[in-house]
Amino acid sequence: MTPLLTCKEFLQELTDYLDEKTDAELRAKLERHITECPNCWVVCDTTKKTIQVFKGMKECPIPLDVHERLMAAVERQCADKRLR
Amino acid sequence: MATQGPVTEVSDETALVQLARTGDLKAFSDLIQRYEGKIFRLALHITQNREDAEDVLQEAFLKAYEHLDQFQGNSKFYTWIVRIAVNQALMKLRKRKSDRSVSLDEGIDTGEDTITREIATWDENPEQKYTREELNAILDEAIQGLAPTYRTVFILRDVEEFSTEETAESLGLSIPAVKSRLLRARLQLREKLTRLFKRKGDDAFAYM
Repeated sequence: MTPLLTCKEFLQELTDYLDEKTDAELRAKLERHITECPNCWVVCDTTKKTIQVFKGMKECPIPLDVHERLMAAVERQCADKRLR
Repeated sequence: MATQGPVTEVSDETALVQLARTGDLKAFSDLIQRYEGKIFRLALHITQNREDAEDVLQEAFLKAYEHLDQFQGNSKFYTWIVRIAVNQALMKLRKRKSDRSVSLDEGIDTGEDTITREIATWDENPEQKYTREELNAILDEAIQGLAPTYRTVFILRDVEEFSTEETAESLGLSIPAVKSRLLRARLQLREKLTRLFKRKGDDAFAYM
């Protein structure tokens, strides 16, 4: 039977595990670790929730004045380029 | 045979970039409108300052317009403009903290920032406990507490939802560097949020 991963080894793989980028064998080892280590289970669960809560951040529409100043700056540069 | 309607809208990005290269301002404006919101938000997250973010937004698109001929068609326009914007934003931070250089290459690999201190389960749903505005303010503050090098990787990967490869390409980092910074950023944010979101009475939830 393969030896249990240490908590440090588990943490090193956490990002790939949460992104579902690990191969089946490693995934099985990681899952076995969290069923037997409550601390790592909590870290894994709360890290997953951290990522989810940030994904819920909505994109605010760009303020109109910021958009208008950007377009004016680009138009100025375009005119300058034509003069060159 | 008469063609229907006015000039055909160009929706394909490659075609827009090609047109913009020939000096077509309308095509470049279309590219701006696609990405200005994302670039502004990215700049706000990195600089944490509205005025700096607006400067970064303008500088990034002006630079892109100036150097469109250098854009290699083998990457996406968005990845390219993100790279320019990130560089401009980091330059702002460097200017602000002239005593301390800010670089994406700084090696902070002491291992200490992967230590997990707060071990506690959360209330089921922070989205129900706080209004969206309150939650956004909490998340902004948490991101602000990260070192710029971690913050930038986290924003691209977990807020903008770039792939690891796209993040590496946008930031000029290796894939292992992106992964290790992402892990540290996620763990640090988890620590910060756990302090706020942990279930009441769960403070002594240590199993060991």
